[in-house]
Amino acid sequence: MLDTKHCFKTVKDLRKALLNREISAVELVDESYKRIEEIEDKVESFISLTKDLAYKTAKEVDKRIKIKDDLPLLAGIPIAIKDNMCTKGFHTTAGSKILENFVPPYNSTVARKLEENFIPIIGKANLDEFAMGSSTENSAFKKTKNPWNLNMVAGGSSGGSATAVCSGESVISLGSDTGGSIRLPASFCGIVGMKPTYGRVSRFGLIAYASSLDQIGPMGRCVEDVALTLQAISGYDNMDSTSINMPVPDYTATLKKDIKDLRIGVISEMLGEGTNPEVKQAILNSIKVYESLGAKIEEISIPHSQYAIATYYVIAMAEASANLARFDGVKYGYRAKNTENIMEMYLKSRSEGFGEEVKSRIMIGTYALSSGYYDAYYKKAQQVRALIKKDFDKAWEKVDLLLSPVCPTTAFELGAKISDPLSMYLMDIGTITANLAGLPGISVPCGFDSKGLPVGLQLLGPALSEETLLRSAYNFEQATDFHTKHPEI
Amino acid sequence: MDVYQGVNNLITKKEVEHVAKLARLELSEEEKERFTVQFSNILDYFNQLSEVNTENVEPMTQAIPMVNVMREDKVQLPYTRDEILANAPLEEDGFFKVPRITE
Amino acid sequence: MTAITQEIKDKYETVIGLEVHAQLKTKSKIFCDSATEFGNEHNSQVCPVCMGYPGVLPVLNKKVLEYAILTGLALNCEIARHSKFDRKQYFYPDLPKNYQVSQFDMPVCKNGYIEINGRVIRINRAHLEEDAGKLVHAGAAGLAGSTYSLVDYNRTGVPLLEIVSEPDINSPEEARNYVEELRNIVRYLGVCDGNLEEGSLRCDANVSIRPVGQKELGVKAEIKNMNSFKALQRALEYEVERQVELIESGGKVVQETRLWKEDEGITISMRSKEEAHDYRYFPEPDLVPMEIDADWVHRIRETMTELPAQKRVRYIYELGLSDYDANVLVNSMEMAFFLDKVIDLKANVKSAVNWLMGDITAYLNENKTTIDKTELTPESLAEMIALIDKGIISNNIAKKLIIPLLEKGGSAKKMVEEQGMSLISDEGALKETIKKILEANQGEVEKYKSGKPQLFGFFVGQIMKETKGRANPEAVNKLLKEELDG
Repeated sequence: MLDTKHCFKTVKDLRKALLNREISAVELVDESYKRIEEIEDKVESFISLTKDLAYKTAKEVDKRIKIKDDLPLLAGIPIAIKDNMCTKGFHTTAGSKILENFVPPYNSTVARKLEENFIPIIGKANLDEFAMGSSTENSAFKKTKNPWNLNMVAGGSSGGSATAVCSGESVISLGSDTGGSIRLPASFCGIVGMKPTYGRVSRFGLIAYASSLDQIGPMGRCVEDVALTLQAISGYDNMDSTSINMPVPDYTATLKKDIKDLRIGVISEMLGEGTNPEVKQAILNSIKVYESLGAKIEEISIPHSQYAIATYYVIAMAEASANLARFDGVKYGYRAKNTENIMEMYLKSRSEGFGEEVKSRIMIGTYALSSGYYDAYYKKAQQVRALIKKDFDKAWEKVDLLLSPVCPTTAFELGAKISDPLSMYLMDIGTITANLAGLPGISVPCGFDSKGLPVGLQLLGPALSEETLLRSAYNFEQATDFHTKHPEI
Repeated sequence: MDVYQGVNNLITKKEVEHVAKLARLELSEEEKERFTVQFSNILDYFNQLSEVNTENVEPMTQAIPMVNVMREDKVQLPYTRDEILANAPLEEDGFFKVPRITE
Repeated sequence: MTAITQEIKDKYETVIGLEVHAQLKTKSKIFCDSATEFGNEHNSQVCPVCMGYPGVLPVLNKKVLEYAILTGLALNCEIARHSKFDRKQYFYPDLPKNYQVSQFDMPVCKNGYIEINGRVIRINRAHLEEDAGKLVHAGAAGLAGSTYSLVDYNRTGVPLLEIVSEPDINSPEEARNYVEELRNIVRYLGVCDGNLEEGSLRCDANVSIRPVGQKELGVKAEIKNMNSFKALQRALEYEVERQVELIESGGKVVQETRLWKEDEGITISMRSKEEAHDYRYFPEPDLVPMEIDADWVHRIRETMTELPAQKRVRYIYELGLSDYDANVLVNSMEMAFFLDKVIDLKANVKSAVNWLMGDITAYLNENKTTIDKTELTPESLAEMIALIDKGIISNNIAKKLIIPLLEKGGSAKKMVEEQGMSLISDEGALKETIKKILEANQGEVEKYKSGKPQLFGFFVGQIMKETKGRANPEAVNKLLKEELDG
């Protein structure tokens, strides 16, 4: 009988165990699947499992360990990836019925990098359809539950990636973050999630939601695991025109350096009336931790952040309306049966293939770009976006990083906001400014509310400041013990 | 009278129908009514953008400014037709098959 | 359509603007590394990127931008310092993403012009975009009546440069000349095949008429589906006449798209769209903007070849060709390039032009081919002309040489040597022959001497017959005169 005793270990410990031959990579993958068998019914993290892929990689790792070959740092460590990243020969659905049977003939760049690093992909994690949502209730296939309380949402849209890591189904995972979709579920599930600088990780093969905002990033149970994962997936890609052509630093090399004299700005707008008092208290406690670590704290205003939600949704929906036009039943994906002509085929395939929220966003996006409304919505939003970016540029003159709650609340009940999209959109107030400005951000566990639900702390930094963010998060993590707690399922 | 009309009347049912058509989506009567209300609320929320003074502000189209990213004019081995057609909902003799095209 | 008299036609002025799509001759597609070459199996030159698969991203082919800049310079355009791509959205099964990556408000080239017979035709803009796929309609000859359609995506993503003129063209003939000149330009630059029949050059026209003297433009119709120069001119002539007749009979032109039906020789209204086009352009977020600095433009300008208009001027003023000859040669790029090479070999220009315009053109027309596809080389033509000029062969002999040179190739000189085709200029040998002929034709010699000088030609003919045409005609003339008159 297999056990699952390695399921909550860190990457570093697992690597030691692999190299010392205490456990094989195949056994590690076995343990992941065993854990999935135990709890998947309850949390519903995965849309599909990629056992062939995982075992193929794990066997290769074991072969190389045997001959004492050099292995990349994450070789053999089970990973879950969000099901909007294409895996050659394996179903990739984006959580949508329209792609239910889609098998890409190509790999996303991140999937290719995982293979090159011998990281076994154990499955494709659940998400809000096309990453549109903040709760992972919008998937066409299942609703992911929060491992800390199965009546609560996991956060979204990378909910499955968060719960897989949180509940020990996988060690690490990849999510995508268009408007907080990595950081919000990380926060709701009490794990670490990072949205890198736009362009740091290639978007090739990531099924697009909003092209100018989408970014892939790592999730894990501790900062070091996240740093190692980021290392494996970052870097220039000539298949992505928006990829940043700059060397990738060694993210773990500087983790343990202190943060004395680091200047941290607390975003004043994010601790106002809208923020839940328990969340606010956890953040205030975190600020004290940073002060005790020698950081200099000051209050910083991002005045245009009050317009961030409107700005974000106009841009994201407009881009999405174009990005999702390709799903028409002609080349791949769902096609309605027995249609008389092309128009009917388009209408029926798309209406039957897309879910409510996706349809709603496509329509509002179409409206925002349509003749007569472009200037008032799309162009205006791009201008306000520039002003938000400017607010950040000003902030970086005074501070090195910005601190805020990830979300004004902790996880909410399943179904609580699903019928009121606007209330759902408001959950993204803390996270979307980073996407609009292209900045990196990290979510770190910083407490629990009275219901026992995790609270997440967000740090944002200037473009390409991932090293500083990871170091600051690591210092905080080492001074606290929130990351050592795991849910009982 | 359309009793389900959103309080702000920012978008009419007719406009919702027009947008749905542009986006190639077919809505049931119930959806049309619901979306009309929802969209009015969302557009009302979006309209707060009009408060912002954006005179002489260049629209920001890129998260990270970059220019001139190009590739050399080189040909790679193509995908096989089978690979490309593997996902086709309907094919005929190596073509993608679609129903009658009406303008 | 009833005939409209010239008098009525003259009351109106024709206004035409043209949109010409030129397929750029790069090896790979505009945003991916699939091949552009045609003639291969359908759906065999595609990849996930040009097929618009989920998650794929475009990367611009640098050569495409350089070809656009080069063409822009040839069209006297301003080259934009900043340019970008936009998404143009509409659903159609030949458009895999259901948006076309094109350029909306910041085209690579704008405000240019070309001259057509001394008149300036302004060019509004030239912008880059990706081509769409091809549809095969089943169950009928065309779209109408078909029961279903088949899609081939090979052409999807082939780079296009759309060249948009101002409405400066004032006759169907001028429209034809304009497109012919554009074709010359893109072919001389080597950026496009310029083949209307095969669609590597495609052209749509906006046509309107207005009473002479009226300032504002009339309502225009957009004419599509003109697949040859002849079709272009015929379609526009038909359309102008249709509009004149319509207005004369009290009707009004409506703004619409009309299809040229080649077989019937008419334009017909395409069924009106249920919805007006709303392309919802917005900047393509998957591509980054282009910055084109003066240095880059300068380097591209330096690669510019001699343009058709420049060549025409050179042929007329430097080579002394007639306007007609210069035009014919320049409009056939292969002939002009051939002539230039022959000239480089220091051959007699006048002869070269005569040969090209005469026997060679006749051969090419008869065989429906172009000079570059024959075996004739500039070297062999130059050599043949030199042989004539040196008196080694006659024009008549050369006429016999040219066909084998076109068909089989080889050296003119060798052929002459091998087949003994050189002229006999040796006086001794010629005198022998002349004597022989005169002896055999005593009667004719008598008649000649008794006052029938026209018989001189008869003797020449006999001598030529005897020498199989190789006798040097000048020498024969001289020696025969001496023999008969001396």
